[in-house]
Amino acid sequence: MSPLDVTDLGYEPDRDPLLQVSELTVEYATARGSALAVDRVSFTLRRGEFLGIVGESGCGKSTLLFGIAQLLSAPAGITGGSAVFKGRNLVGLTERQLQSVRWSQISVVMQSAMNALNPVKTIGAQFRDVLRAHHYAADHAARSREVMELVGVDPVHLNSYPHQLSGGMRQRSMIAMALLFSPDLIIMDEPTSALDVVAQRSLMVQIKELQRELGFAIIFVTHDMSLVSHFSDRLIVMYGGQIAELGATRTVFDTPRHPYSAGLLDAFPSIRGPRLPLLGIPGTPPDLSDPPPGCRFAARCPQVMPACTESGPELYSVDQVLVRCLLHAPGQVSHQEVPA
Amino acid sequence: MNAQPTTAPGAEEPLLRTAALTRHFQIGGIFSKRTLHAVDDADLTIGRGEIVALAGESGSGKSTIARLLAMVYTPTSGEIFFEGRPLSRLRSRKDQLAYRSQAPMVFQDPFSSINPVYRISHGILRSLVLHRPELDAAQRTAEAERLLTVVGLTPAAAYMNKYPYEMSGGQRQRVGFAQALASNPKLIIADEPVSMLDVSIRIGLLNLMTELRDQAGVSFLYITHDLASARYAADRLVVMYAGTIVEHGPIEDILARPKHPYTQLLLATVPDPRAPLADLAGADRGEPPKVVDPRPGCRFRARCPVAVDECATVTPLLRDLGPRHLAACHVTQPDTAPGTTAPPQREHA
Amino acid sequence: MTNLLRAIRHNGKAAAGLFILLLFLLMALVPGLIAPGDPARITPDTSLGISGQHILGTTAFGQDIWVQVVHGARPALLIAVVSGLFATVLSVLIGVSAAYLGGVWDDVLNLFTDVVLVIPTLPLVVVIAGYFAHHSISVMIIALVVTGWSYGARQLRSQALSLRNRDFLEAAKVRGERRSYIIVFELLPNMTSLIVANFLGAALYSILTASGLEFLGLGDVNTYDWGTMLYWAQNQSALQTGGYVWAAVPGLCIALLGTAFALLNNAFDEISNPALRPVRRLRVAA
Repeated sequence: MSPLDVTDLGYEPDRDPLLQVSELTVEYATARGSALAVDRVSFTLRRGEFLGIVGESGCGKSTLLFGIAQLLSAPAGITGGSAVFKGRNLVGLTERQLQSVRWSQISVVMQSAMNALNPVKTIGAQFRDVLRAHHYAADHAARSREVMELVGVDPVHLNSYPHQLSGGMRQRSMIAMALLFSPDLIIMDEPTSALDVVAQRSLMVQIKELQRELGFAIIFVTHDMSLVSHFSDRLIVMYGGQIAELGATRTVFDTPRHPYSAGLLDAFPSIRGPRLPLLGIPGTPPDLSDPPPGCRFAARCPQVMPACTESGPELYSVDQVLVRCLLHAPGQVSHQEVPA
Repeated sequence: MNAQPTTAPGAEEPLLRTAALTRHFQIGGIFSKRTLHAVDDADLTIGRGEIVALAGESGSGKSTIARLLAMVYTPTSGEIFFEGRPLSRLRSRKDQLAYRSQAPMVFQDPFSSINPVYRISHGILRSLVLHRPELDAAQRTAEAERLLTVVGLTPAAAYMNKYPYEMSGGQRQRVGFAQALASNPKLIIADEPVSMLDVSIRIGLLNLMTELRDQAGVSFLYITHDLASARYAADRLVVMYAGTIVEHGPIEDILARPKHPYTQLLLATVPDPRAPLADLAGADRGEPPKVVDPRPGCRFRARCPVAVDECATVTPLLRDLGPRHLAACHVTQPDTAPGTTAPPQREHA
Repeated sequence: MTNLLRAIRHNGKAAAGLFILLLFLLMALVPGLIAPGDPARITPDTSLGISGQHILGTTAFGQDIWVQVVHGARPALLIAVVSGLFATVLSVLIGVSAAYLGGVWDDVLNLFTDVVLVIPTLPLVVVIAGYFAHHSISVMIIALVVTGWSYGARQLRSQALSLRNRDFLEAAKVRGERRSYIIVFELLPNMTSLIVANFLGAALYSILTASGLEFLGLGDVNTYDWGTMLYWAQNQSALQTGGYVWAAVPGLCIALLGTAFALLNNAFDEISNPALRPVRRLRVAA
């Protein structure tokens, strides 16, 4: 239902993935040389798929998102790889070329997006700005009302200023704005972290419902693994700028193969069931301007082996899951997987 | 696991007790004087050697209570008793300093709670200067190093000279704990100490809190919005909503049989990756209200699935609904009555 | 502190400004070594051009211009530094107190600052200087300080306000520190860059305004610094009679010293506010 036509390069909606990221690499220029924020990340995203990207501070997940959306600015820059969206590589496109893709086909909901709203304009005025900027042909007012109803906010609030709405309502308005052109992909960077637990839960349910109704794909970045556990189809766990584990969400949760994923799941105290003492994952993430040789998690890994500090493990395929861990390298005796 | 509370002959005075603690703020300009009720009639007790979790969302008043206890704000009405003595009687600087040494605070944001221009030892040493004047400079340095070791920052000598920007969030929070411990306190007020830390690091600090309780008998008021971490660390739970305490009691009891509809809602929304998604009754979309010039009645009634007429006119008071388990609700029944609402739960292992 | 020094070294503006400042400092410290002679000595060699004997020529009274210029550095720097210092102290006192004390104090001090800010400075300085029968450097310094603190007070108040809610100040209060201790030892050290930047701005303002006053004849016309040189040059119609060097060189020196302060001011602004720093460009390999 996109009002704009984009010339695709042999893209078949039913056959090809919506987004194909290959070996994407992002570096930051720092005082001491360059830091590798995203290190050769590859994954595919199908139409209507909900992909969760999970990781802690410094793992590169937000940078990855900005890299895909071509929103990076100095001192960061893409230094390798590609992000092919509907047959076109977004990396290297000019601003003008990106204009035809931005918002109509890919839209972004940022962290604490409710603070990204212009405080001196009404919600409706901001929607109009977006519609006008992308030359929306049909009735602006009707479309604005439509998207507000989709996210469950009374359209009367189109005449309100941001400060008159609550945090949850502002966040929903931002999501409504992202839906204005019924994009094929919505990228969300921690959209619920500034909300309270109850509001978070209802927003997640709403997002999932919208996705089922409208059929867009979502890339959802968060540090809170449990938040996506019930909503995402597939999950990427990132550590030190690399993918540590990638697979179907339930599979990763039920049998995490990377020691980091296992440790992360274990770090959530349970609200039901027995009260057990936990360890968490002591230590700190690696310094990306000077990454250690070998596996980046070795210093904190409870199952570290001598080989781990020699050479960095590649992504190995184990039962339809990709794991970057020598424990699962081909030829290794398969470790007893501990259910989470 | 818990230290036994000291039984004095006669009355058993808790370490800290508040009576009808209230704090209001005047908002609005010169022409429209309105009152924000941040905390209303809070009765809280903290015993010796116990961790009390104070849970609630934003606007619940939990941060205000922390600041009332830390003497950053003065109460609008009501009283705080520490070891039986009312805080309002503390007039002289000497008395106030004595209280501050016994009830220090750990802050939420590790990136703004330490002065960036000094080394991390600065705050600890200042605390020692103020609260333990009997120590000389060499003894203070030795004590600061000992405190860093207690909180897990070893080798302490190396950390003494580091600047905050050289340390991670988790390490900085440990420095915050070291600073609080410098005065040998009986109570530490921890205002969301792990909320801004990575998940993998939180457990380490929660373990530190339980260790300090078990080995040094330090009590904690652990303020949080995360019920799961409250369960992990705390002995008792206090739930706040819109400025009032709605439920309190032993934590396992409340989590197994939550009485107040708000507690039930909170419990249902705690994400548990191992459990199936609990169905939220009526897909609650509400948010905690800003309580400005409130009328009587329950403040949760707008979002409550079981509200009755009485809820709109009569403010519910805390009443006994189980062993040492109180909740403020007109509708909920005590344990013995059938039909108490509770979320679906697994069998305990 | 070492961070600060490193930042200065890396900043091009700071380096340039510092270089110029050091040159003038040298002139101010040992004028006799660089340009021996008496700047006030009147000789019959009037209005000479550039020559081996007189590097920059002579004035209409036969005084050596180069000697005057070099000897003029000391009073110029003195005025700039002393006025700048006192004005900054006032700015810090008023601005930071207003921010930290808040409430009524903030309103009162703010009002006071705004009033002083709004008053046009040059006329006020002229009035103050003219009020005193005897024109001396001290009078000028007083006039400059009284008019030069208000802008800085505003700036420092803003920064102090933004810092006031930082947890470490609350932590100090909860720890039991006195208010005075918190302001001096916890708050101010976080504002050093801005305070230094303010000082440099005040110094710049002082040197320019002082030169203006002297040019108008309100300074001490018997001391020989750059502003006074301009006064005498104008008085003797130097431009019309071909004394171009005499008319231009003092102004150039004032401008150079002012530029040094401005460059250092900019540099310290950048140091204290990382958002103003020039962004590193990435060398894209692929």
